Amino acid sequence: MSAQILQYIISGISVGSIYALVALGFNIIYNTTGIINFAQGEFVMLGGMTAASLVAIFHIPIYLAFILAVVIVTVIGALFERLAIQPLKNPSVLTLIIITIAGSILLKGIAMFVWGKETYFLPSFSGDSPIRILGAFLLPQTVWILGITGLVVIGLGAFFKFALAGKAMRAVSSNRIAASLVGINVKKMVLLSFSLSAAIGAIGGIIIAPIALMDYEKGAILALKGFAVAALAGIGNFYGAVAAGLLLGIMEALGAGLISSHYKDAIALMILLLVLFLKPSGIFGSAQVSRLKKF
Amino acid sequence: MIKNNYIALLILAVLVTLLPLAISNVYYLGILVFVGIYTIITLGLSLLMGYAGQLSLGHAAFFGLGAYASGILTTRLDIPPVWAALLAAGFTGLVAFLIGIPTLRLRGHYLAMATLGFGQIIYIVFNSWIDMTGGPSGFGGIPRLSLFGVIFNTDLKFFYLVWGLVILGLFFSLNLIHSRPGRALRTMHTSEIAAATLGIDTVRYKIKIFVISAVYASIAGSLYAYFVTFLSPGTFGISFSILLVTMVVFGGRFSLWGALLGTVVLTILPESLRIIKDYDVLVYGTVLLLVMIFLPRGLVGVIEKVAHLGSKSAGVGK
Repeated sequence: MSAQILQYIISGISVGSIYALVALGFNIIYNTTGIINFAQGEFVMLGGMTAASLVAIFHIPIYLAFILAVVIVTVIGALFERLAIQPLKNPSVLTLIIITIAGSILLKGIAMFVWGKETYFLPSFSGDSPIRILGAFLLPQTVWILGITGLVVIGLGAFFKFALAGKAMRAVSSNRIAASLVGINVKKMVLLSFSLSAAIGAIGGIIIAPIALMDYEKGAILALKGFAVAALAGIGNFYGAVAAGLLLGIMEALGAGLISSHYKDAIALMILLLVLFLKPSGIFGSAQVSRLKKF
Repeated sequence: MIKNNYIALLILAVLVTLLPLAISNVYYLGILVFVGIYTIITLGLSLLMGYAGQLSLGHAAFFGLGAYASGILTTRLDIPPVWAALLAAGFTGLVAFLIGIPTLRLRGHYLAMATLGFGQIIYIVFNSWIDMTGGPSGFGGIPRLSLFGVIFNTDLKFFYLVWGLVILGLFFSLNLIHSRPGRALRTMHTSEIAAATLGIDTVRYKIKIFVISAVYASIAGSLYAYFVTFLSPGTFGISFSILLVTMVVFGGRFSLWGALLGTVVLTILPESLRIIKDYDVLVYGTVLLLVMIFLPRGLVGVIEKVAHLGSKSAGVGK
């Protein structure tokens, strides 16, 4: 029984890592622009689909497909910002939401046009022979997922702390006008935030693709769960999102394993609604309340 | 301004009365019934988006609640269709109220996300509560609506019923936006802070409009159930919620007439152009994005501009 539960926790952690990456993507764009980017899930889907078809069609090694797919999706993210977000003059919050929704269905439509409605599969990074620990099985891919997620989190943390561009993005997030007064190019930072979020989303999509099949519709539900995670942590909260992502992944896996797999997707959504109703500032965010009221 | 609206409403009523005489094909009449049903939803959504400045991504779920509640109440509990529809509307309104209270207090994206999550939950329930809903394959045998001894069992009768309700819904909504709550909402749209300073309880008005729009969707759902007499979850997913939003934006989200126009065009066009049906996601995504960037006031905005230019060249306007 305990081995069974350990098994659920392992699979929960690997899916939860992806939720955390999606939530980080939401946070980066939200912090620099105040926009909740509904197309975030589509970046994940595009990452997984692009890598899978690069491997299937050109038979290139996975690491190369990984890099290429991340680059392609990053460019898509940057294009989306340039073509749809930047041309708007003084947009209202409602306008911005609808634009990102439009972007998300457009990307989904393009994916359907390019790949059709079939599911795509990416081979595991290093084989499928499971490792046994305490009676539970650990797939090598799970190790990859945890490792790469960990690297992304540490890398982002370092970027925001030490890199000039990271510091500039933080300045924009705390005060847009003041940031532009000290010479920070706010438009460039917004572009950077979309590119960065697209890259992180793509990474999430590529590392999860070997254990979860990808199709053109996969983005919406991932975005919703990623948002649930971001809301649970308090929108904009960086490390909180990682913890909340793992928490949600584990809860979902336990719920599906021990209660009912029918309502697996509903668990995350119920949590999202409960958080919005009871503590919209999130479980890790108390100082964030003022931020919620800002826009 | 309001007078023009009533004249337009009268023209619509005449058009609706005469239209079936010009259409002999039952298939086209059926499509117009669907246009009417969807228009009832988008009218409510337009009130919410254009006048309360809020977005719902769960209106397909409210539509579905109305449909499933009507279907279940009539087939399992033998409740007469009219009462079932009223109970469904009451229930849906209550659900919307409960969602609206916490989320509309917060500004920004929260209603959109909460309704998106809620819509997905309802969709999962429709699929998974097999004993009650028939699961993915759905259930049929829903009775026809009968009202004052008239049984609505033909497309023609249903056409008049649905479009009668559309006109009623438009009349009610037009009155609403030209009354005290409507003026309050428009003030809110210009500046929420100014509205609050004038003593307008902005949260209460937003909740009210949200509940009204959910009730509209529920009534449309009941009509759908009694027209099609068969329900399955596929009709009530997120993509339909987004299509409804696209209809409102495309027609013009600052005008109730825009909701009507957008619904007419985006329901009839896919029927006549097969390519739109095959690549619906791509087409709606492109339409939504282009309209938001280049025509923020939608089709109604274009018509107004053309009319304005016309009157200018005729030397009537300034």
